[in-house]
Amino acid sequence: MIEVGFTLNGQPRRMASPPTRRLSAVLRDDCGLTGTKVGCDAGDCGACTVLIDGEARCACLTPLAAVAGRAVQTVEGDAADMTRLRAAFLRHGAAQCGICTPGMLMAAAALLARSPRPAEAEVREALGGVLCRCTGYVRIVAAVMDALADPPPDPVGRAGAVGERLARLDGAGKAAGRALFGADHWPAGSLILKAVRSPHAHARFSLGDLAGWRAARPQVAGLFTAADIPGRNRYGVIPAFADQPALAEEAARFRGEAVALVAFDPAVGEPDLAEFPVAWQPLPALADIAEAMSSEQLLHDHRPGNLLTEGLVRRGDAAAALAASSHVAGARIETAFVEHACIEPEAGAAWIEGDTVVIRACTQAPVLDRDDMAALLGLAKDRVRIIPSAVGGGFGTKLDLSVQPFLGLAAFLTGRPVRMTYGRGESMAATTKRHPARIEARIGCDGGGRITALEFDGLFDTGPYASWGPTVANRVPVHATGPYRIPHVVARARAIHSHGPVSGAFRGFGVPQATVAVEMLCDRLAGKAGIDRLEFRLRNAFRDGDATATGQVLAGAGIAECLAALRPHWARALAEARAANDAAHAAGGLIRRGVGLASCWYGCGNTSLPNPSTIRVGLTAGGRLVLHQGATEIGQGSDTVLTQMCAEAIGLPVAAFDLVGPDTFLTPDAGKTSASRQTFVSGRAAMAAGQSLRAAILRLGNWGEGARLSLGDGAIRSDGGGRIDLSALAPDPLGYVLAAEETYDPPTTPLDADGQGAPYAVYGFGAQIAELAVDMGLGTVKLVKITAAHDVGRAINPTLAEGQIEGGIAQGIGMALMEEYLPGRTENLHDYLIPTIGDVPEIEPILVEVPHPEGPFGAKGLGEHVLIPTAPAILNAITDATGVVPSRLPVLPHRLLAAIRERAGR
Amino acid sequence: MAETARYERPGGLASALAQMAAHPFRPLAGGTDLYPATDAPALAGDILDLGAVGELKGIDLSGAEVRIGAATTWTEIARSPLPAALACLQQAAREVGGAQIQNAGTIGGNLCNASPAADGVPPLLALEAEVELASVAGLRRMPLGRFIAGPRRTALAPGELLAAVLIPRAALSGHSRFAKLGARTYLVISIASVAVRLVEREGRVAGVSIAVGACSPVARRLPQIEAALDGAPLAAAAGLVRDGDVAAALAPIGDVRASAAYRASAAAELVRRTVADLAGGPRR
Repeated sequence: MIEVGFTLNGQPRRMASPPTRRLSAVLRDDCGLTGTKVGCDAGDCGACTVLIDGEARCACLTPLAAVAGRAVQTVEGDAADMTRLRAAFLRHGAAQCGICTPGMLMAAAALLARSPRPAEAEVREALGGVLCRCTGYVRIVAAVMDALADPPPDPVGRAGAVGERLARLDGAGKAAGRALFGADHWPAGSLILKAVRSPHAHARFSLGDLAGWRAARPQVAGLFTAADIPGRNRYGVIPAFADQPALAEEAARFRGEAVALVAFDPAVGEPDLAEFPVAWQPLPALADIAEAMSSEQLLHDHRPGNLLTEGLVRRGDAAAALAASSHVAGARIETAFVEHACIEPEAGAAWIEGDTVVIRACTQAPVLDRDDMAALLGLAKDRVRIIPSAVGGGFGTKLDLSVQPFLGLAAFLTGRPVRMTYGRGESMAATTKRHPARIEARIGCDGGGRITALEFDGLFDTGPYASWGPTVANRVPVHATGPYRIPHVVARARAIHSHGPVSGAFRGFGVPQATVAVEMLCDRLAGKAGIDRLEFRLRNAFRDGDATATGQVLAGAGIAECLAALRPHWARALAEARAANDAAHAAGGLIRRGVGLASCWYGCGNTSLPNPSTIRVGLTAGGRLVLHQGATEIGQGSDTVLTQMCAEAIGLPVAAFDLVGPDTFLTPDAGKTSASRQTFVSGRAAMAAGQSLRAAILRLGNWGEGARLSLGDGAIRSDGGGRIDLSALAPDPLGYVLAAEETYDPPTTPLDADGQGAPYAVYGFGAQIAELAVDMGLGTVKLVKITAAHDVGRAINPTLAEGQIEGGIAQGIGMALMEEYLPGRTENLHDYLIPTIGDVPEIEPILVEVPHPEGPFGAKGLGEHVLIPTAPAILNAITDATGVVPSRLPVLPHRLLAAIRERAGR
Repeated sequence: MAETARYERPGGLASALAQMAAHPFRPLAGGTDLYPATDAPALAGDILDLGAVGELKGIDLSGAEVRIGAATTWTEIARSPLPAALACLQQAAREVGGAQIQNAGTIGGNLCNASPAADGVPPLLALEAEVELASVAGLRRMPLGRFIAGPRRTALAPGELLAAVLIPRAALSGHSRFAKLGARTYLVISIASVAVRLVEREGRVAGVSIAVGACSPVARRLPQIEAALDGAPLAAAAGLVRDGDVAAALAPIGDVRASAAYRASAAAELVRRTVADLAGGPRR
């Protein structure tokens, strides 16, 4: 131990610690400044950026001893420029989940100190060391360029009516480093948990002398294996398929599966888990799904052929229609495991309150967590309380349990508070991935370019456990047609078990993979039919009254409007690319420009299953509105837009609201943050709750329908001069003098054996143009611009909607060009590449509003739609530029160059 | 918890060398390679922190050769006014990780870490750099190409520290460029990297140094190609870089970033383009 004196945010500090202890750990654990985030402990993500004597440094790479006598500045510091920088981040919507925000702010502060009005290139260079997974960086760049603008622009409006660009309600806390993520809160005296994990994809294991190991280590306060689980050691997001053990029994089925859990007291020391008494016997692993389908080795005895489940949509006679088509095109496409790479590794804490197990962790699905945890611990559901922390990126992976079973088990069995934070490698190995897909598809059209038929067969590697595999298998066939009228369809998707990572939910549930195949085929057919690619899509786009492949008749179909909105951009892009290519040909250059287009549609909410949300709103005697909001905010903006909708429905400003939750003890169930359902489903509930409360107010005041309300001085008034004294009303048990609670469940019908039915109440639509340049000598792709038109029904908050579009596009870029998770080889953020601030081009978002009668204020979901067209648009642009039709994602430089050369016959 | 058993932070080189002589310490400079290698909150083992050794820092242009202290950061190298021939080194300095890494990481650490993909090595090879190794027994020098003995292996003897990188006056002529290829823009480990220094006289190449990184266990010079280009008209120089010659001079591997064949091909393309950039001729 040494004692080190330094200045921390302007105040002298002395800290005693091991000298090479990471500054990030000292700041967070010892100084209590959890605004400095830890995303990788390796200098790969920049989340822990602090200023040391004004220079940006990764606190995770800095020994405490190195800051002796120096000035350390963290996001909690209050230098003058920081205040303006934070305001700019809020104004521009530059923070979403908020986990990278402190690192971005500090890197930007270092830049602004040198260059108060930085050019865009300077900003990208300065922020190139900080990864963001949510925003697509566009708004971050704009905020930094604008931060010290003179005079500062007016802050955005606070009324918060629907359609207003209100700054996100959770934004100020995130920009100040005050938002508490999974790793940021733990009770004093918490034990730390570490899991013992399988180094093999498939291995039997035997545990040695656990009692002896523990007895020799006084710091170990608890040691747990599957045998210690009091309830059912099987969990899963879809109860009928629940098959995943919290701690493996006898055999591990994927690399990174936990087999034991150790709780230790950090005040005493950390045990070396390399010495943990476990013996591994590696077994043959099924890494390939084709092999898995024909193997006699079954991951689960009751699932022959390693088939988890299968989805099918059949309408008309696709084979006959293809045979009769004027033009037919076929494709085969293969995609990779894609890692969510949330900058926040999974983390949380748990403790006991009375007879309740309280688990505070990052999650997208608090009620699902509660139900699974109750089963695992053998407790009634009301003895488990789930409090979601701020969530530093979700994208689907935090729909599954991660740290929760370990936290709950250890707290329950030891009775002591516990905390657990995954390391980056652990997070990557242990959590879910996007399903790798192998898709074969054929599509045909008539001489007039009208699509006649589609045959689609997708195999999805679902890994060893069910997770969201059934959802992928059911959702993909419904969406396989894209937003196009196709009279004859047979679409099948199968989820196949392997010993790869667990594939789960990832923004789009298999639809992004499927769309790659179908949108590439649209380009081929348009070419064969001699029709412009955009006009071809427009000719086939769904219109209101059209039936989908499941026989559902559509309302509020906005795809034609999206494509029409792109028309001028398409013409410009094609002309620019042609001119650039003509010039390159003439000069003998190696750069080829290409333009690509792809569409999407996506059903919002569960597929043909009940999917209710309940929202409660109360009015206190003090004149505050309290929104019990159980929808988990993961950066997508639900806190803000649900409040906006409720406020609009009541007719009072957002500023009158306080938010409660999510917390399974305080908020009714608003379902999970998945399937692009919160704005639509929870939004309808929030709107209905607001309408009910307004009706109660109007009844009480005997005021007319159109009364304009105001709130203040313990009273509510109408513009007609009426006044209700709130203190004169009797409060209910929750303390509200008036309250309303409403539930909305979208109307759907089950799918029959041929996949016919109405699986979703509302679909959203979109289309994107990718413009890019391919280096024919290196096989590299440089994106030039992406133009994205999305039909959101009604933009509740345009800034947040545009932020979703930009962020989804960034993930689509990664899926198309660089992201490929390989177990054991890319378990970090320098071998697994996600787009940096230099990899996202100019994005022009276009919000199209074709209202849907079911949507609140006409709104539709957006969160997943935005990612779906990006990869196929990029691939189509690559084909446009090079003539090469990629068949494997990601299109890494070496794959593209090989294809270019093969095509050229070299 | 992994605790540092011993930790010393000497205030000068003599004291640092005495410590190194007395005990097998692990030297710590910018920390950008040591910390990522562990999940623990602190470094294990016995650590000699070189952060306060002033003699190891800074760039000295006053002598017969350019002397860069081993603990000089990439940011200092990028921002210092240096002769035009060192442009390749300054460009590489801006490509080692992000700003946070460049502010901490040192040139000496990059060499001692001896990664096949180290971005600092090709420019220094093209600049004929030598290294100065110090111990209580005194100083010794050797060419950089000899210092890096293999992947993650150097010629450092027990008790020795890398003190400085030296660039001879003869290598300060001409202009240079660095080119790096990765699958994304920032924070990327090179698939291939290239440094070229070219001296021109009367429209011809009057000496060229070419080095390629990430395509062999240790970055390499390409003497055959250098010889082929020497004396060529500037406009023709790039055209003399042949894929087969470059591939023959390298020993690339295939990994998660790229195939071996691609590396060889991309290296040739990068060499050709970098020569063209410097010579002003057509790219192909």
